[in-house]
Amino acid sequence: MRMSGGGEEEKDIKLDLISEDRMASMTSMEKIRFILDGVKLGNIVVLEGGLTPEEQMKLIEMTMSEIDEDFAGIEIGSYPVKRGFLGLRRRTRLTIVGPANMMKTIKKDKDLIRAIISRV
Amino acid sequence: MGLRRGLLLLLRRILRRRNTKIGIYGAPNAGKTTLANRIIHDFLDNTEDIGVVSEIPHETRRAFRKEGILITAKGAKLRVDIVDTPGLATKIDFHDFLAYGLSEEEAKKRAKEATEGVIEAIKWLDDLDGVLLVMDATEDPYTQANIVIIGNLEARGIPFIIVANKVDLKNAAPARIKNAFPQHVVVPVSALKGDNMEKLYEEMARRFR
Repeated sequence: MRMSGGGEEEKDIKLDLISEDRMASMTSMEKIRFILDGVKLGNIVVLEGGLTPEEQMKLIEMTMSEIDEDFAGIEIGSYPVKRGFLGLRRRTRLTIVGPANMMKTIKKDKDLIRAIISRV
Repeated sequence: MGLRRGLLLLLRRILRRRNTKIGIYGAPNAGKTTLANRIIHDFLDNTEDIGVVSEIPHETRRAFRKEGILITAKGAKLRVDIVDTPGLATKIDFHDFLAYGLSEEEAKKRAKEATEGVIEAIKWLDDLDGVLLVMDATEDPYTQANIVIIGNLEARGIPFIIVANKVDLKNAAPARIKNAFPQHVVVPVSALKGDNMEKLYEEMARRFR
């Protein structure tokens, strides 16, 4: 905690920016655990390489099992998967995940995510 | 994975002697239960409801299946089981329910049941032959919940129809849904009033047979 010029209490917001290479070395469960642990500490987690739709669904499932009075869930934003030739190859793109009580997506389309991140 | 699943679904469809299982998915308050009730009223029993409709989010907190509904549309027939699933959400805060007049104890209980309901809805994806993805046509369709559901349906090779619901409301904009998901079939309906349901049944008979 810090005090701003006006005497208002400020709380730092921590961002975890994870490279595609770092994520590539993790299994899906390791990624999800890593994200949830960070988010439950109040961090915003940005994944360069993104999560597949299946990983995002698993993340939602695990989030649901961990919701309690202190943790209301997550806000998640990602660009849709890009498909290669004949739709056979999928390429995931950036994903951002934060605590639901801190992050709010205000605009989203296939190439833009605009979010407000505020201190609790 | 997608290709293999698609081939398995095709094989299952060819060999199938059972009803086609259709899941109704979407965000909370998109009108999933209203749609399920409409289908049952149109083809099974005009007095029976699969579930209660409410303005409070997460009214449906368990998946409900209604079996053996014979849908007919322009001569085509399709016998289905309809599975009404709880709304998919990434966050459930019991404080949100307090605004609807629930006591703190009731709100916490509802939140707990709602989290279990989301997990149940996700698990049901393993057992479905088709999905009606319901979107509220008065809301921005480009939500993460919709994107995640569509991504998973595509990956699993499960055929689906996007149902642009609530077109009876003045601020409904089904074209926004068509623009957001141009590669998918979108059918605008009012499940509450029964508007354009015939078109949806035709599409279901075509895509889920």
